[in-house]
Amino acid sequence: MVIDSLIAVAALLLLAPAGIALARSPLGRPAIYGASLALSLGLTAIGIVSLLGTHDSAATLPLGLPWLGARVRIDALSAFFLIVVNAGAAATSLFAFGYGRHEEAPARVLPFYPAYLAGMNLVLLSADAFSFLVSWEFMSLASWALVIAHHHVRENLRAGYVYLLMAAFGTLALMFAFGLLAGTDGHYAFADMRAAPPSAAFAAVVLVLALIGAGSKAGLVPLHAWLPLAHPAAPSHVSALMSGVMTKVAIYGFIRIVFDLAGPPAWWWSMPVITAGAVTAAMGVLYALMQRDLKRVLAYSTIENIGIVFVALGLALAFKANAMPFAAALAMTAALLHVLNHSLFKSLLFCGAGAVLSATGERDLEKLGGLIHRMPQTAFVFLVGCVAISALPPLNGFVSEWLTFQAILVSPQLASWGLNLMIPAAGALLALSAALAAACFVRVYGTVFLGRPRSEAARHAHEVERVSVVAMGLLAAACLLLGILPGYAIDALTPVTQLVAGGRMPVQAAEAWLSIVPIAESRSSYNGLLVFVFMAASGMIAAFTIHRLASNRIRRSAIWDCGFPDASPLTQYSADGFAQPIRRVFGTVVFGARERGEMPPPGSTEPARFSATVRDPIWDALYAPLAGLVAATTQTLNILQFLTIRRYLSLVFAALVLLLLVLAAWP
Amino acid sequence: MALIHDLVFQGAQMLLVLALAPLLTGFVRKVKARLLRRRGPPLIQPYRDLARLLRKDVVLADNASWLFRVVPYLVFAAVWIAASLVPTFRTGLLFSWTADLIALIALLGSARFFLALAGMDAGTGFGGIGASREVMIASLAEPAMMMIVFAIALIAGSTQLSTMAAFMNSPEVGLRVSLGLGLIALVIVAIAENARIPVDNPATHLELTMVHEAMVLEYSGRHLALIELGAFLKLLLYVSLIACLFAPWGLAPATGGAEHIAIGVVAYAAKLAACGFLLALFETAIAKMRVFRVPQFLGAALMLALLATLLRFVSRSF
Repeated sequence: MVIDSLIAVAALLLLAPAGIALARSPLGRPAIYGASLALSLGLTAIGIVSLLGTHDSAATLPLGLPWLGARVRIDALSAFFLIVVNAGAAATSLFAFGYGRHEEAPARVLPFYPAYLAGMNLVLLSADAFSFLVSWEFMSLASWALVIAHHHVRENLRAGYVYLLMAAFGTLALMFAFGLLAGTDGHYAFADMRAAPPSAAFAAVVLVLALIGAGSKAGLVPLHAWLPLAHPAAPSHVSALMSGVMTKVAIYGFIRIVFDLAGPPAWWWSMPVITAGAVTAAMGVLYALMQRDLKRVLAYSTIENIGIVFVALGLALAFKANAMPFAAALAMTAALLHVLNHSLFKSLLFCGAGAVLSATGERDLEKLGGLIHRMPQTAFVFLVGCVAISALPPLNGFVSEWLTFQAILVSPQLASWGLNLMIPAAGALLALSAALAAACFVRVYGTVFLGRPRSEAARHAHEVERVSVVAMGLLAAACLLLGILPGYAIDALTPVTQLVAGGRMPVQAAEAWLSIVPIAESRSSYNGLLVFVFMAASGMIAAFTIHRLASNRIRRSAIWDCGFPDASPLTQYSADGFAQPIRRVFGTVVFGARERGEMPPPGSTEPARFSATVRDPIWDALYAPLAGLVAATTQTLNILQFLTIRRYLSLVFAALVLLLLVLAAWP
Repeated sequence: MALIHDLVFQGAQMLLVLALAPLLTGFVRKVKARLLRRRGPPLIQPYRDLARLLRKDVVLADNASWLFRVVPYLVFAAVWIAASLVPTFRTGLLFSWTADLIALIALLGSARFFLALAGMDAGTGFGGIGASREVMIASLAEPAMMMIVFAIALIAGSTQLSTMAAFMNSPEVGLRVSLGLGLIALVIVAIAENARIPVDNPATHLELTMVHEAMVLEYSGRHLALIELGAFLKLLLYVSLIACLFAPWGLAPATGGAEHIAIGVVAYAAKLAACGFLLALFETAIAKMRVFRVPQFLGAALMLALLATLLRFVSRSF
């Protein structure tokens, strides 16, 4: 199995030079995306077979460090993430068949796209620290190249720069984490690390470093600053991959290090994870509500969903530390299912944003509107994505959110005061972010697809290519399927939860009517299938009865609007206006939002002006001072550039002595 | 045989909520009118309104999309299913395991999501203002509701409504601080969710004070009838929910015979009347709030519910 997957990854790597060669030819796009699609499907199949077959397969390649080689392995955890990554990659490759036609600089996208896919797969396959970090860095660099594909836009260059800095910082943290796990003897293979877990103090440092390293890639607040810049800057199908899939690779890294390699967790480990997750969820969605750029809204909503996953992961850690394997499996299942769900609907939404972008050339919410008439198919699948991400039944987003809430309801059994105070607060923040997410996507869908067009571009939009719509339709169908038949997905996750959480949930496929029952039916259960069937049936019965027995006539006429219909679409509610109540309720505290109205003096014919300002508290409090500090330090260190050779030599000598002293003092 | 028996009760429940919902609203309107020393419309006026609306033509805005025409049916279906899963006169509903209380709230969330979208469909100022305020209110009411569910679920050891109602009816419940806090919070949330005074005025047509009514301003004919019926059902649902969680007396057990069911029906009717009367009394006694006072009102509910949950987390006896 692992050899097959390596062959597929090697083929993806070979596609990169082929992309350079074919970039100018009309064959390039179908060839590269077609091959990527086929290889991603193959890798998905490998993931499914490995997960259901539950047998690990490993190999050592004569590459990398000479005494180590490059170890590769597929176990249940990497098999699951292989499915997540490659299912998303297959859908975006299919979408790119049509979308890639609008690409103005294919030579800057085609070579890096398969390389980026290969990088993500390699991270999942690696079974030693060295190849893990190399693949991780390769993935970051390939995606960086895609972020700056449209490099003539200044904003994108800045996004690429911030991304590169944060990626390097994250990898540095991971490198230290692996260094601590490997110990002084240099056991870089994961199997050796697992056999000799670090001491409690070192393990704690590893946890923090993993939270920083993987968290910065995943977009945990406050390390998220690069994400809303970089994800929207890339071409839309790559944005879909970065948001839907690459953040999941980061989560894989976190699970691998903390649950698999760092040894048994201490009771307090869950606290930083849950705190970071809950804060990220709430902040992410509030940020999303303040944005006007469609793709940036989606990027911030990714941050929110990462927060939800981290809360569930934190709960799993808490249960695992308290020897409650069953509850740990419940929380872990919730986290993994949300990973899968989010990869589906976020890929769908980013592809939809790409479709809107290619049809209108606009990403600004204030310039869109009424696209449901011009792009009916895209509008429908985008609606499915919006309902799914807002965690509404009967779609899939609700299932993982529901499981997370069920895990929270088990947590009073934990014997820890700190956790007992923290978990309800985290639950409240989760509930808050779910409600705000619904508000956020009403706003997005309402301004982009509903209402009347706010610009010429939106008025003359056209439906996108059939193949792109099919790709989005497949993602939407997957969202529905996972929403109404979640039991099968939960059962398939059993080997993963056995591996990382040490327990399993009851078999769901055996439940009557395909319900999901985490603990016992008298306690809680949910049946997406029946909710879907009941909703469809009662809606249709109502429609049929009313049309048959009462009236089925329709008259078209001008908008009523309380008797003041205005022809101008500018009288519609704008995206900023829609968010205004929420900005006033939450934004004044979190973002220091201020509103200012300027009325002209009486008699003047000047227009009145209204302006609202929103500040980014994390940028102001963390990044701006940090950047200032770095600038000041480099200014001071600048004198080192102009020393004499004598002084340089003495500096080298002093450094050597210092290092020797450290080595001598090392226990 | 048992299955058919249960199926009959589930069907009866579905029809009962549908039939009673307009009556409850009519009752509240009547009591309110009497308290204001008006005669008020007859109790069956909501039924007449619905019948008249159903017969009328639908007048659609020129640029209304298919979503606008589908939403009334979706909203009605979601609310109806939710309402038929709340025990009214008897616990042990056949399909109660389909959706527990958390899923029920999410179903109502779906209804609101689509209604807010429909409000934005025609592209008018009023639809937008209604949708925007509705989601702002929901963004506070929904987490508050979730915290209430947590508090009660931790006491009852279940999020399954039938199990919860059966537990609340058992002597182990006793008086608890967290239940009291939860009840106050639930009442506040119910008022906000049903667009009642002081959060919203269901009777107003003064533009700037409307939330729910502004959102559905463009609807007419059978679509409006379905949305109205959905609103009636939602009021009934919240009253049934409060009744079955905090006043479960007389609720017939799943195994109960005919006499239990008779008691259950009478008790349910009494509870509806009592809640309807209290609601009317409350609404006549209080003035509507400014929109930006509402977050404070709902924030209080959120904090009370969070406090109730925290109490449950730190101690088992509260």
